[in-house]
Amino acid sequence: MISDITPFGTAFFSIILLLAAIVIAAFLNKYQKLLISVSFSITALSCLMASIAGIWGVGAGYVESTTISMGIPDLPFHLRLDPLSGFFLVVVGLLSFFVSVYSLGYVKGFIGHRSVTHLVIFYCLFITGMFLVILSDDALSFLISWELMAASSYFLVMFEDERVENRRAAFLYLVVAHVGAIAILLSFGILAGLTTGFKGFDGYTFDAMRQAEFPAGWATAAFLLAFFGFAAKAGVIPFHVWLPEAHPVAPSNVSALMSGVMLKTAIYGIVRVSFDLIGISNWWWGAIVLIFGLISAVLGVLYALMQHDLKRLLAYSSVENIGIILIGIGLAMIFTYFEMPQLAALSLLAGLYHTLNHAMFKGLLFMGAGAVLYATKERSMEEMGGLIHKMPWTAALFLVGCISISALPPFNGFVSEWLTFQAFLLSPSLQTPLLNLLIPLGAALLALAAALSAACFVMAFGVTFLGRWRGHHNSPPPFDSPLSKGGYRGVKGGNGGLEVDWYMRIGMIMAALACLILGILPTMTIGWMDALSEQLVGDKITITAGEFGWLWLTPIAHERASYSAPIVLIVVLAVVLLAYILLHIRKAAVHRAPLWDCGFEKVTNRMQYSAASFSMPIRRIFGFLFSIREDVRAVYPTGNPLFPKRLRYHLKVRDRFWGLFYKPVADASIWISRKVGKLQQGRIQMYLIYSFITIIVLLLFLR
Amino acid sequence: MNQIYPVIIEILQIAILLIAAPVFIGWIRMLKCWSQGRTSAGILQPYRDIAKLFTKDVVLAENASWIFRFTPYLVFGVTVLVGAIVPILSVDLPLSATADVIVLIGLFAIARFFTALAGMDIGTAFGGMGSSREMMIASLAEPAMLMAIFTVSLVSRSTSLSQIVHVITSKGFILRPSIAFAVLAFILIAIAETGRIPVDNPATHLELTMIHEAMILEYSGRHLALMEWAGMMKVFLFAGLGIAVFFPWGIAPKDNLIYLPAAILFLAIKLCLAGTGLVLIETGLAKMRIFRIPEFLGSAFLFATLGMLSYFILE
Repeated sequence: MISDITPFGTAFFSIILLLAAIVIAAFLNKYQKLLISVSFSITALSCLMASIAGIWGVGAGYVESTTISMGIPDLPFHLRLDPLSGFFLVVVGLLSFFVSVYSLGYVKGFIGHRSVTHLVIFYCLFITGMFLVILSDDALSFLISWELMAASSYFLVMFEDERVENRRAAFLYLVVAHVGAIAILLSFGILAGLTTGFKGFDGYTFDAMRQAEFPAGWATAAFLLAFFGFAAKAGVIPFHVWLPEAHPVAPSNVSALMSGVMLKTAIYGIVRVSFDLIGISNWWWGAIVLIFGLISAVLGVLYALMQHDLKRLLAYSSVENIGIILIGIGLAMIFTYFEMPQLAALSLLAGLYHTLNHAMFKGLLFMGAGAVLYATKERSMEEMGGLIHKMPWTAALFLVGCISISALPPFNGFVSEWLTFQAFLLSPSLQTPLLNLLIPLGAALLALAAALSAACFVMAFGVTFLGRWRGHHNSPPPFDSPLSKGGYRGVKGGNGGLEVDWYMRIGMIMAALACLILGILPTMTIGWMDALSEQLVGDKITITAGEFGWLWLTPIAHERASYSAPIVLIVVLAVVLLAYILLHIRKAAVHRAPLWDCGFEKVTNRMQYSAASFSMPIRRIFGFLFSIREDVRAVYPTGNPLFPKRLRYHLKVRDRFWGLFYKPVADASIWISRKVGKLQQGRIQMYLIYSFITIIVLLLFLR
Repeated sequence: MNQIYPVIIEILQIAILLIAAPVFIGWIRMLKCWSQGRTSAGILQPYRDIAKLFTKDVVLAENASWIFRFTPYLVFGVTVLVGAIVPILSVDLPLSATADVIVLIGLFAIARFFTALAGMDIGTAFGGMGSSREMMIASLAEPAMLMAIFTVSLVSRSTSLSQIVHVITSKGFILRPSIAFAVLAFILIAIAETGRIPVDNPATHLELTMIHEAMILEYSGRHLALMEWAGMMKVFLFAGLGIAVFFPWGIAPKDNLIYLPAAILFLAIKLCLAGTGLVLIETGLAKMRIFRIPEFLGSAFLFATLGMLSYFILE
């Protein structure tokens, strides 16, 4: 029996388990606490199984497919597990596992406040949808799972629907997701039609598409439609507007999944369609992906820097990271076209490695932001500060996420950016002058994005966790808000201890460990991912990467470049330890004293640097990219303009894209609907006249 | 014997880094005093400063968390690791394969990341101000730095420092336009990264001009000593990095013990010259307004990009 267990079977079973969790959730509606424990445990188990299936499948370079006779007659569903889908199964499964464990604690915060049954059900459906998107092997089941994922996440964004911004964000999300879905549908339509020469429905399977040869013009059309369709889901600038609205308002465990893994399904789609189904037939496809990636990377992080809502900041930073992933994928397309498989393998693996990394650290950061939100009930960083004393665990784990996302060694974000830089640097002179210009510029912009993201996360961590409480209350609020009623055991009462419970901490600890492990053992990970690059670009980099064992990462050759994260970590720790011991041989006293601050007196908490002041220099330098409204108003209580009592500073930074692209479209559609709406008189006579006219017109045409 | 030899060089290099960095700073300060008509405190004054700080007690701000206490050790450790990687004396360093030049920039970045966090930890306005400005400068300097380094690594087809040194010394002295642009960019960036005039003034505690000093304002005792020492090593290492990448002639090649004394001599001469150049810049220029710095770094970025483009177009 044991020998019958295959990666595919494991993945399939995990989906069945998820469906079981949904059924159980429907029955346990009355016992909310039990509901949370049971369904999230099952979900966690199933996600763990899915990621094991993925790890196993990719490691073995394993391909298995099956057909399920469901859906429309004669158009059965095809499922397939190959290295590419196995890899994304790991990305989705692993983070969903961490987040499900986290949810065991986090969702309890809603008890007594609102029913969580539909949160649980849509959460499970959401994950099921993502798994099915990755496993499906025909256009029909892909689109159905894609819609399942989009619709269930719409309801998750809507969860706290009493707030108007949530409803607005969810609607915006739904609109953009569907515009994207239409583009994907059209792309698959082109591919399926061309496969059979528009003569039947058999072309809808991915297998048929793989076999077919497409004429260049149609292939380009299909690629562009698919790319822009998936880009809308991935939040590539300028399709990103829904992302900073929808991700912050969803419950934090859901935002972790949406930012961490849902965006990755779009990356999966881009890779699947372009490398696997169509095949790269033009170099400028890669250039387009690269340019959109670069724009998203730089603008995404700049927008992130301008935020003061922690979760919004993280959402914009996802835009940046999607950009970095696309840079790797775009380079891989270019190199594939110019038939440089090794370089293509390097840049593709760099992009996909970043996909995995981003899932881990963005999931961790959203979980951390969720823990802060849970404990302080505060969304704005400007009102936080000093939480490192109140929430030491969350602070340390959030710091790990910040270091990873800022691409600092020895954590994981650095590895993938290092690989991307290597891909840039290794690119030889190509035959197209445009690319020769674009590639160095791309390296520079990537470096800019990486440096700005370090600034952004110094701000995020520093303002949230360091310093002293900035809020208008003198200390963080005591834990007595309605969300926490019911003897919530994780929170120490009294002395302001705000630390979250162990479920949430363990969820975050696992994600942080994943960040560290992916950071210091990149060689093993890349060795594991080899099946992937062999499947897609026909070469691998492990022969060179593994030459010096697990310790050294040498992507092309030992002389070109090498990086050893374990040695970096060990040497730094050794020196730190040595310095610490040497300096503590002689006992020097440590006195605690009030702030010195250059001798200034009466420093209040409100005088600390806030997010707005921290980002001010960068806002000033890159101000032309935003629409900024600054407003300083003095308040004169006595009416005498010489004695202002207080200054009120108001800052509004807006995304220019909304005004440039979306507002005209939204206005136009409202205008058209108004005009069309005039037809609706509400009188039966009018409608009869309409029908009569229609029939006359039809008769004229169909004579 | 051949196994032990690189290890000896590695240890020697770290020792030279630890010992010579304060002397290098002392040399710069002494020259600066002379050029400005002041009496100098002697070339060994930085030693006395550090020694004094090590014997003092630590006064910690009430609000300081573990980040504030951990940062000096981390910054010191990272700087020592960088010193073990940059080929200052010889290319035969066992640790040099640990990190290429991109990792090196990453290591400086992590030291800066924690210093900026420490600046925000105590909760003063100055600390935040320093962190904010430092991160602004860094986010502009870092890409320019990478571009300058990329140009060199395109020429030498490697990002490993030892390999860069090896290739450039073996090719002989060729004047390449790309490298010339990169040198120019590197000098501007090194000034910004090490916080020297005209970007930052290391000798000031004047509220409006502080950047680096504002972040470490609340440090005292051994913490301050470590931060100061690491800061000195950083200046030393940037000089060493510039020498290794752009003027590597004189660095000892592999398996050659005899070159070592010569290499030390060459290093001393080059550092003296680098220090003199720095003093000339610092004496000749006034500190810039903070919002002129983007233009300064922008021109560095432009030079570096020009260097890279001229490599792709001309070479």
